[in-house]
Amino acid sequence: MFQRTHAIARKFDLQGSVIYLGFIAIFLFFAVTLADDGFLTTRNLSNIVLQTAPATIMAIGLVFVLSAGEIDLSFGSIVAVAALSAAVVMQEHSMLLGILAGLGAGLAIGWLNGALVAYLRLPSFLVTLATMGLFAGVARSMTDLRSIPVISDVFTGFFGSGSLFGIPSLILWTLGAVIIGHLIYRETRFGAHVIATGDNPRAAQVSGIKVPRIRLAVLMVSGGCAGLAGLLYAGRLQAAKYTLGESDLMTVIAAVIVGGTALNGGKGSVVGALVGSLMMGMLNNGLILMGLSVSDQMIVRGLIILFAVAISLRGTSRA
Amino acid sequence: MTGTVEAAARPVLELNNIHKSFGGVVAIEDFSLDLRAGEIVALVGDNGAGKSTLIKIISGVHAPTSGSIALDGEPVSFSDASKARSSGIEVVYQDLALADQQPVYMNLFLGRERLRGPFGLLDRKAMMQETQKLVDELDVRIPSASAVIRDLSGGQRQGVAIARATHWATKLILLDEPTAALGVAETAKVEKIVLALKERNMATLIISHSLDQVFRLSDRICVLRRGVQVGVRETAKTDKNEIVSMITGVA
Repeated sequence: MFQRTHAIARKFDLQGSVIYLGFIAIFLFFAVTLADDGFLTTRNLSNIVLQTAPATIMAIGLVFVLSAGEIDLSFGSIVAVAALSAAVVMQEHSMLLGILAGLGAGLAIGWLNGALVAYLRLPSFLVTLATMGLFAGVARSMTDLRSIPVISDVFTGFFGSGSLFGIPSLILWTLGAVIIGHLIYRETRFGAHVIATGDNPRAAQVSGIKVPRIRLAVLMVSGGCAGLAGLLYAGRLQAAKYTLGESDLMTVIAAVIVGGTALNGGKGSVVGALVGSLMMGMLNNGLILMGLSVSDQMIVRGLIILFAVAISLRGTSRA
Repeated sequence: MTGTVEAAARPVLELNNIHKSFGGVVAIEDFSLDLRAGEIVALVGDNGAGKSTLIKIISGVHAPTSGSIALDGEPVSFSDASKARSSGIEVVYQDLALADQQPVYMNLFLGRERLRGPFGLLDRKAMMQETQKLVDELDVRIPSASAVIRDLSGGQRQGVAIARATHWATKLILLDEPTAALGVAETAKVEKIVLALKERNMATLIISHSLDQVFRLSDRICVLRRGVQVGVRETAKTDKNEIVSMITGVA
């Protein structure tokens, strides 16, 4: 019986099945304790999804990086640089050019990370730790700490407050990214090579997989995802600022790990990362509704993440 | 159809006067060996005799300093391992080179995945079926083609690695100590799989430290000592004492 459920879990890509239980448990807890505080209203629940959209997109990129046995710590800084690049370019030029600038900045920083890791064989932890600081500085100096407004209605509609057939655009971005990310991860040769590289780089290499190219590619995927997340932030807030993405590092890494992606490679889940990200968003939202002060929120959130990561890591290592 | 007898007699692999030195250190000195289809040749020698270097030369990891290699009579020079692989040479490495967290079928097709449809998506079903057929043929007893490597025993893993090599090799399989880490029963199973390669008309070169195993499996035994080819014997016409004295150099 256990084996059968396990096989089913595998089939539907639910390796880190602990997370689904955790998700439901937290949901029920807030639903009961915060019933009178509006947690269960459609408006609040859809708000949670809207607010987590950028984090979910970053998390999808990180699933690829971790699966390949690398790490990216710089995506938060990439978010800020990408959002500011887009906003600054849009002040003078067309919206399209602004979008390209934002995505291009993300891909370019991802390429820099990837090239240092893949071809100079520097550890990704150190490379992205350095570029995290480097590009946080770049983001600050780009506009002298000023916030840049984004006035294009088309842009803010497309990346923020708009909707299609009544579905908010941020939900569409999330769904689209999860579906495409899942397909690439599970159903393409590239995805298989990413996973194999993280599982056993030597086996991948002797099997003819171009391991350096995979390492470069996953860090570019992460950079590109962070770039898109930057556009979503800029669209939703109708402005870009150097603080965007600053506080997402812990949340996104926790979402991905809790979602069943192995920290040391070879295993991961895009759908799990979505659920992990929603769980983190729900946690944020619930703690605010409970009326906790900001410092108490940070403490409680840290403890819960610690607990959730511990449980999901134990669950996966036993499987 | 010109002379099938002749074709069968012609060696699959010919190594002629292979010499390899790293800087000033001579690793292999004047090595020559022919391998025929359906034949198992054992390569024996003490640690540091040059067995692994030789495997690396044949599989394209190292280029020989001098000497020539011919496959099916055609001279070849492999610039890297993927060239040797595409010429039909497969290696079963000592560490097996398997991705532990992946299913058997993904390992079998690692780097050479089957795709389907206009978007080139992975054809898991076809890979699973082919894998199942192959492991059944070779009698590798695993729970299923979608079992994860980590859940398999050492012998089963070795079986999977050999099955992968068998699937892709068209000419030659190199086995680097295939049973070094296995128990008695598992070793027997792997030896059965190796013997089955003969029936598939594969040429096999096996490195082993177990002389008992060498005598059970091989048709010929080639002895290396400190990079020097001491001699080649037909297994049926020699005994352990002779091979041991050839390995150690003590008469």
